[in-house]
Amino acid sequence: MPDILSQGFFAQDSAGGNWAEEFVRNVIIPRLPEEAAAHFPVEFGMVLVMLGCAGLFAAVVPLLPLVLVLAERKVAARFQNRTGPMRVGPWGLLQTLADGVKLLFKEDYIPPQGDKLLFLLAPYVIFACSFAVFAAIPFGQNILVSNFNIGIFYIMAISSVIVMGVIMAGWSSNSKWSLLGSLRSAAQIVSYEIPLGLSILTVVMLVESLSMEAIVANQSGGISDWLIFRTPFTFFAFFIFFISSIAEVNRTPFDLPEAESEIVAGFHTEYSGMRFALFFIAEYANMFAVSAIAVTLFLGGWEGILPELAVFGGGFDILGGLPGFVMKTMGLVFLMMWLRWTLPRLRVDQLMNLCWKYFIPIAFFNILGTGIWGLIFPEDTPLSTGISIAIISIGLVQAYVFVGRSLGQKSQAQPSSA
Amino acid sequence: MSIGISRRERDTMETAQPVDGTASPDTESKIIELKPFADEMVVNMGPQHPSTHGVLRLELKLEGEVVREAIPHIGYLHRCFEKHSENLSYPQIIPFTDRMDYVAAMNQNWGFCLAVEKLLEADEKRKFAVPARAEYLRVLICELNRIASHLLSFGTYGMDLGAFTPFLYAFRDRERLLLLFEKVCGARLTYNYIRIGGVSEIIPIEPGSVAEQHFLDEIESFLDYFEPLIDEYNELLTKNSIFSERTTGVAIMSAEMALSYGATGPNLRGSGVDWDLRRDEPYSIYDRFDFDVPVARDVPELGAVVGDCWSRYKIRMDEMKESVRIVRQILAEGLPAGPVMADLKAVRPPKGEIYFRSEAPRGELGFYIISDGTPKPVRVKGRSPCFSALSALQELSRGLMVADIIAIIGSIDIVMGEVDR
Repeated sequence: MPDILSQGFFAQDSAGGNWAEEFVRNVIIPRLPEEAAAHFPVEFGMVLVMLGCAGLFAAVVPLLPLVLVLAERKVAARFQNRTGPMRVGPWGLLQTLADGVKLLFKEDYIPPQGDKLLFLLAPYVIFACSFAVFAAIPFGQNILVSNFNIGIFYIMAISSVIVMGVIMAGWSSNSKWSLLGSLRSAAQIVSYEIPLGLSILTVVMLVESLSMEAIVANQSGGISDWLIFRTPFTFFAFFIFFISSIAEVNRTPFDLPEAESEIVAGFHTEYSGMRFALFFIAEYANMFAVSAIAVTLFLGGWEGILPELAVFGGGFDILGGLPGFVMKTMGLVFLMMWLRWTLPRLRVDQLMNLCWKYFIPIAFFNILGTGIWGLIFPEDTPLSTGISIAIISIGLVQAYVFVGRSLGQKSQAQPSSA
Repeated sequence: MSIGISRRERDTMETAQPVDGTASPDTESKIIELKPFADEMVVNMGPQHPSTHGVLRLELKLEGEVVREAIPHIGYLHRCFEKHSENLSYPQIIPFTDRMDYVAAMNQNWGFCLAVEKLLEADEKRKFAVPARAEYLRVLICELNRIASHLLSFGTYGMDLGAFTPFLYAFRDRERLLLLFEKVCGARLTYNYIRIGGVSEIIPIEPGSVAEQHFLDEIESFLDYFEPLIDEYNELLTKNSIFSERTTGVAIMSAEMALSYGATGPNLRGSGVDWDLRRDEPYSIYDRFDFDVPVARDVPELGAVVGDCWSRYKIRMDEMKESVRIVRQILAEGLPAGPVMADLKAVRPPKGEIYFRSEAPRGELGFYIISDGTPKPVRVKGRSPCFSALSALQELSRGLMVADIIAIIGSIDIVMGEVDR
């Protein structure tokens, strides 16, 4: 059997059998007439199953942004005392499709003074990279396209290429606003990749593997086994990771590259029609991707809250934990939306301050701490988890008291309006 | 950060020219000059830009993100208000004042009518007085309009800084006010409600009638609904740490600078100058009401200093509370009975000239009118508070960042209709 078949959908499951081979042998062949069954080439059947699954994947994943765009608009509407789109389809469910059709029919404008080749290429670079990330995300038990042994490294590498597309778009548009936007974006994404990578490193240190499957398998013991609670340092690492991710996908409060009120639309100012739609889709795909990665790294992936029990995506009987995974990811996506519709936007220098003065030192400290923790507790035992959760709780209480006290001071010192 | 590649290329090309004929062009052209801070990018912000509050055009000279100079270019919304006025009778000019500061059109009507009434008072033969009911209605409506105007300012400021939600909250509340204005004059934006000698009677609200009671009840219910919301908005935006990071200490306008540029209203009080025409030069019946004039002061917890963007913004939030106080006092007293229009047969001021100023939501709104005794003025000049405040932008924005320019424009709260007239 070719090596490639031993990965991804064809990974050996715990029983040692091959998922696709079992599917062909147990499901397809018994349904065939006896004559055909005897001569049915199993490997050909496996390839067909693989193509079918890949097709399904390729069909479903691009639909995610459509759902997310509508979700974002509905969430924003709820925050703002509105109803959101209501006209197209029941409760406006088809609004995104209608928008897509509208964008398809729009003029495809290419700035005559710009760099045509780069201008045409940029949306595809961003689009392709955004979706290539999905290849390494484990949506559930055996539901992943390819089980690289360097999964998380691959994700980091591919998502870094996005910034190239952004710069290409900004440069080739021959517009000063686009250029400003793309430069902001480049500076921001490159800067925030550092705390992002350092936070991932804490996880990799604990799991001792870059493989996404291995990272999830490491968290299989229910909520207390999730990496976020494993050590106090990963707890901080999760927040650094999540906030940096928000910066990576250019969302409020870090949406400077697309700051409408400052630089019009940033790097995609000059794009119209379907090319603009590609940027838009890529943005939402990214949003889902970083949330999915955060869930995989810190929140147990497709594992359930309780061990062995089919609660919240646990148990492999329900689609390999897929519903649980999607629910957790959507929770983080909702958090991102919540932040977007609540907070104003930072300024460029403040953005960089946050990254270089706070996140990177804390991330380094996390790595140090995780290393020391690994020396003290070489094995993950209930004792170490208990100590970790105790430290986290004490820290949270301290933070709450501290914030509450400083808020109290603020409200006392608030000028009485005159 | 250096962006202007084309400029550098041009410079390199110039050095590539053989200067004295001896240097070979091949060796010369290999010299690449590195002048990291020599390049300047000129960007036109506006006239079509999401956050220039209308059709303001700013010529930005940028070094990367840092603004070396921001030169405002105005006049895109010039509609010859002053020239038009010379060919119209006085009552006909009032609708034109609506189009000046269209966010607070009631106050603009009032400012003009006050000036004309002052001019008419000089006529000994035809004495008149604005009826008490009209005065109360004017104060009532204009203070509500001030709230509506500040709400818009609050909402758009949040939007300029990237917070979208306060904008919609502000518009939700402003909508209720606009419905109230619609009840008294039938219009939502350009009211033409306050007339020379009183207020419009197009939709009469009879003294003591059910309609009047209903109208006042509606205002009261709005105030009851709105007053706690101011605190909510303060929680949402004013005390938000990102918002205060963006606005505190940015573009500090000292009291001297504010005075020398002629900044007025919330911008002047934001610079710590305790000056409000409603209190210091009371016109109409403002001396009958008890209200405070919010003046900026340092707020160390947030890092705010007098004269920065945050202070200017905060004054507006506080002024909304004061307006609520004034309106509540009117509601407590009730509207006096009587006519709403003075007995003016025709508006024909005597020969003379007048400058009268009133406190509009954006500052000191003045009208200078020269009359030659005919029904049409010889000259009308509007003194726009936004124009004066905008003139400070160039000095305020020097050396700040692009994002700060947006913060300044929002904090001085300009309406281009009034700047250009």
